[in-house]
Amino acid sequence: MGSGRLYLAVAAGGFRRYATYRAATAAGVFTNTVFGLILVYTYLALWDERPHLGGYDQAQAVTYVWLGQALYSTLAIQGGGVERDLMARIGTGGIAVDLYRPADLQLWWLASDLGRALFQMLGRGVIPFVFGALFFPMALPGDVTTWGAFLVALLLAMVVSFGIRYLVALSVFWLMDGTGVSQALMVTGVFCSGMTLPLNAFPGALGDVVQALPWAAQLQMPADVLMGETDPLGAYAFQAVWAVVLLAAGRLVQSAATRRVVVQGG
Amino acid sequence: MAEISRLVGSSRPVGSSRARDGLRTYGLIAGMWIRSTMAYRTSFVITVFGNLLLTGLDFVAILLMFSQVDSLGGWTLPEVAFLYGLSATAFGFADLVLGSMDVLGGRIRDGSFDTLLVRPAPVLAQVGADRFALRRLGRITQGVLVLGWALVAVDVEWTVPKVLLVPVVLVSGAVIFGALFVAGAAFQFVAQDAAEVQNAFTYGGNTLLHYPPTVFGKDLVRGATFVLPLAFVNWVPAAYVLERPYPTALPEWAAFAPPLVAVGCCALAGLAWRAGLRSYRSTGS
Repeated sequence: MGSGRLYLAVAAGGFRRYATYRAATAAGVFTNTVFGLILVYTYLALWDERPHLGGYDQAQAVTYVWLGQALYSTLAIQGGGVERDLMARIGTGGIAVDLYRPADLQLWWLASDLGRALFQMLGRGVIPFVFGALFFPMALPGDVTTWGAFLVALLLAMVVSFGIRYLVALSVFWLMDGTGVSQALMVTGVFCSGMTLPLNAFPGALGDVVQALPWAAQLQMPADVLMGETDPLGAYAFQAVWAVVLLAAGRLVQSAATRRVVVQGG
Repeated sequence: MAEISRLVGSSRPVGSSRARDGLRTYGLIAGMWIRSTMAYRTSFVITVFGNLLLTGLDFVAILLMFSQVDSLGGWTLPEVAFLYGLSATAFGFADLVLGSMDVLGGRIRDGSFDTLLVRPAPVLAQVGADRFALRRLGRITQGVLVLGWALVAVDVEWTVPKVLLVPVVLVSGAVIFGALFVAGAAFQFVAQDAAEVQNAFTYGGNTLLHYPPTVFGKDLVRGATFVLPLAFVNWVPAAYVLERPYPTALPEWAAFAPPLVAVGCCALAGLAWRAGLRSYRSTGS
């Protein structure tokens, strides 16, 4: 089996694994829709008070809300992707078996996470987004090119999201317990990705800082590409740089961990 | 584990002592979890702080909004903070006492729920205290901090009824949210994998109440008043305190109705819990 086909099979496995829990997926769709409804009204009130806040009009703010709900689990913004399994593997020592496999550890987990992300997008993301588009005025592009550009940005966002969570998971090699870092991941993910408010609506210097951090590649960039608020190539460059930096850092930490850390076992 | 064996040794209670027995059971199990948490003191302190930070993000979102505007839906920052403080504190207490009930779905799936049924102690108390997480004090802390600031900052002429109303509303709100957690747990008997749906009502309800009712559509507000009476956690009593019009057409005394609403919610949640418990079939494997 060629190595490309191997990782494709791993990704397909990740997709199928999440596709198994249909009731849980339906429940997630419902919950994301309810949260979208609550958030969309607060944004409408905010943009009523300050039209063109962050350069968005009301329809764009509405689009941002529903895109956020659609990508919430796709990009595992609060965590809850494969990093949870990886932490458990490190904690129990099962990681030793993974390291013996004739496959690259990082690519293996990346493929698995991309499979998961793809399912979450189709299974959990599409319905809340369509619900939003049906009941609220949204700023959606009419041409296929922009949608295509959006999908590329989304794929890059998935890689950046994995890059962050992979680093977080690897820290368990030293910390032994992932509770604290998972919590930190939640706080930074929700705040810096712009789940509370679009990053371009953040005030002053805080806005500049959060827009330079890797989390900006997750929700803000795909949203801006979709709504034509930014040049796709610039967005891709920003996302790609963070993806490369995070993946390279992950590789460094991984090699340090596998060389120096004693695997758990008993 | 000594507590558990003591529980097993106790005889089945009758009549009114059942409630007391439930509270005692709850106390013993929660105490056991607290002691086990305290074995890792540093970890505990960090997770409380993390919980405070994570739940406080909801208020940070409001602060970010108010860095751009002076009012939201016609309400000023101290007024919204008053809403937030009431809801977040009430929800925080319910979350501390019953927030771990979402592990029930897991217990039903893996069959360990059977263990709770054979113990001679009220099942609801056992489930409620299961994995009791003291770190949830973080949520209460940030709610109380925001409420404290709001009470000082709002422009209100305090009268005796208004002052008395605040603690009454906090307790009633906690009970209303607690009833919601119990109803959500009862739902898990039928929902199994779909347990996440209850988050839409518990966490979603809490988020809804952070914002003024004027922000939301009329139907949503009506639903949150008459169908799922969340409005009595803060919207209606806060409107009375702040001398604003009620979110929906309600008589003046509605602001003092939260205790009644809380009792009603408890009765309904109790019925739901009994129905759920009766419908329980073990995994059988």
